[in-house]
Amino acid sequence: MAAVEVATQTMSYRDAISKVLSEEIEANPDVFIMGEDIGRYQGTFRVTQGMFDKYGEKRIIDTPITEAGFTGIAIGAAMAGLRPVVEMMTMSFSILAMDQIINHAAKIHYMTGGQAKCPLVIRGPGGAAKQLSAQHTHCLEGWYAHAPGLKVVAPATAIDAYGMLRQAIRDDNPVIFTENPGLYTVMGEVPDNREFVVPFGKANILREGTDVSLVGYSRMTQINLAAAEKLSEQGISAEVVDVRSLSPLDMTTINASVAKTHRAVVVYEDWKFGGFGGEIASRIAEESFDDLDAPVVRCGGLNVPTPYARNLELECIPDVDDVIAAVQKLG
Amino acid sequence: MAKAKLEEIESPAMLEEFYRQMLFIRRFEEKCNVAYRLGKIGGYMHTYVGMEATAVGIHHAIKPTYDYMITAYRDHPQPLLLGTDPVKVMAEIMGRSDGMSRGKGGSMHVYDIERGFYGGWGIVGGHIPIGGGLAFASKYRNEDRVTICLLGDGAANQGVVFETMNMAALWDLPIIFCIENNEFAMGTRLEYHAADTELYKRGEPFGIKSERIDGMDVLSFHKDMQRIVDWTRENQKPYWVEIMNYRFNGHGAADNDRELYRTKAEESEAMKRDPIARLEEIMLKRNVMTREKMEAIDEELTDQVEAIYEQADASPFPDASEVYDNVYTDMEPEKGH
Ligand SMILES: Cc1ncc(C[n+]2csc(CCOP(=O)(O)OP(=O)(O)O)c2C)c(N)n1
Ligand SMILES: [Mg+2]
Repeated sequence: MAAVEVATQTMSYRDAISKVLSEEIEANPDVFIMGEDIGRYQGTFRVTQGMFDKYGEKRIIDTPITEAGFTGIAIGAAMAGLRPVVEMMTMSFSILAMDQIINHAAKIHYMTGGQAKCPLVIRGPGGAAKQLSAQHTHCLEGWYAHAPGLKVVAPATAIDAYGMLRQAIRDDNPVIFTENPGLYTVMGEVPDNREFVVPFGKANILREGTDVSLVGYSRMTQINLAAAEKLSEQGISAEVVDVRSLSPLDMTTINASVAKTHRAVVVYEDWKFGGFGGEIASRIAEESFDDLDAPVVRCGGLNVPTPYARNLELECIPDVDDVIAAVQKLG
Repeated sequence: MAKAKLEEIESPAMLEEFYRQMLFIRRFEEKCNVAYRLGKIGGYMHTYVGMEATAVGIHHAIKPTYDYMITAYRDHPQPLLLGTDPVKVMAEIMGRSDGMSRGKGGSMHVYDIERGFYGGWGIVGGHIPIGGGLAFASKYRNEDRVTICLLGDGAANQGVVFETMNMAALWDLPIIFCIENNEFAMGTRLEYHAADTELYKRGEPFGIKSERIDGMDVLSFHKDMQRIVDWTRENQKPYWVEIMNYRFNGHGAADNDRELYRTKAEESEAMKRDPIARLEEIMLKRNVMTREKMEAIDEELTDQVEAIYEQADASPFPDASEVYDNVYTDMEPEKGH
């Protein structure tokens, strides 16, 4: 890549999302945002703060608590040529709209034989916040990635949130964009460039290493970075592969990393059983079998509805120690 | 806590009971607010402050622990009234092993199935068809139970509400949809979320008996609810009731900025309808209770709540091994990360 001087700003993951939402609202009159409490109330996680006053109720639309209904309205509007961005107050509530998303949005282009498109973004916090209990703590990105027709991305850094959300809004397909609530305050450098996009289907090496590949996405990438740091103190050199995009999935970068390290741990916050990490792990096993010195190991969330008690909740979510324990399993 | 017999209603003893129950709920909820600020309670917690007359009036209109009750996440007062050990309620809210769900549920998920209280749900609208299912079961077994299904004004927009109303009318289910219209769905005012703000009208197209009643005067409200519960029990058909009340606190303990959706002036005007102050006035006017007695009761209840809190706080956090309990009735899930 040619080195171009681009001004950057340090900002939080949350502000990076707000920035690109504002920029795309300004750039394209067909872009609007709808969701619960996003306007007058400024957004539950304050991602849309200030936008209602600035852009008005035509562009920033407060909806009733009717996820299936307003998601369907966004899908219809997208088919008719608009570019809706739906905010789910939390991704757990997108379960109410899953029929619209999977049974409708994901299939439109295919079922119409290419006549219709559905340029829709569904975004919002997904994964554990703090003690929100069993009904508010779902990681659904793997569920959505399972459905052909949806693109699914889960950025872990401010710059990727910024570049991938722009790509999502400009993409002609329905895109699920998940923001782990634990990432909102993560700071990073973000380019001051209203055309900056991070293309989908490209994993990113965030830290180079030689002994083991830690493969993950969303907040687990931040956990992997911290684990790599701790592992280096034990003399283990871990490479951190940030998957970023679940669908499309960049196996080229993942396999290249495994070719170098010969070991892989796939880390994901979702329930371990049947989760998306299993897809990555089996692909590594299929495609990089000859490079592996040990079986691929998964490190995922416990297979239980997330409990309220803080100590039990912390048991459920993979943390740095769990990743290190998984690395140690590799021998 | 005992249920009022009709002939005893508005006897001095009954007024005192209403008063004690409402005040107990308020002091309990205020203690929860303090505990939340101290970090003893986490996650989402929603109090019932301002709406006490609704819970108490309904409690005295039903056959407690026989009738079924289900609500969303504003679920502390109902079990307290039904006689659930308040220490177990507080311990649950604090995520401790003495809690009703051994700390797995938290504030939004309080249940006492033995007493007919079916929780305690966090997905807006999600519990409403389940309420229909409770009514379906009692009817199926030819019992004369009614099901109280509480829901918010915001929840009243979810699609499953209309689906459930249709089936409840079609199959004559003995369910009372109690819409707690406290004027707000989180940060969204009623007029921004409901096309027609007279929510009681929504029963009519389904042929469901419907009405709007004041939920801030515990005496008139209780009488209205008694009539509605009796009708539902007798006729074994649904009822749709819009209960007008108001929440005094923020939506939940994490909602700190009420001025984003209501003015201070509007709030203090609404707080003039305080159900507890209203009952105090009635009791003073009727010479049923003196100010001194009220203060003594308040002191007694405040101490009681304090003791409940202390006891709950002494309860340990659940043991790590319990994380896998109760996922299934008869097996354990696959374990480990
Ligand atoms: C399906 C779903 N969408 C959104 C939310 C977030 N949420 C929780 S409570 C609430 C407002 C509900 O208002 P209302 O039904 O009027 O009940 P109230 O809190 O006033 O008692 C919202 C939007 C949720 N829990 N579930
Ligand atoms: Mg409400």
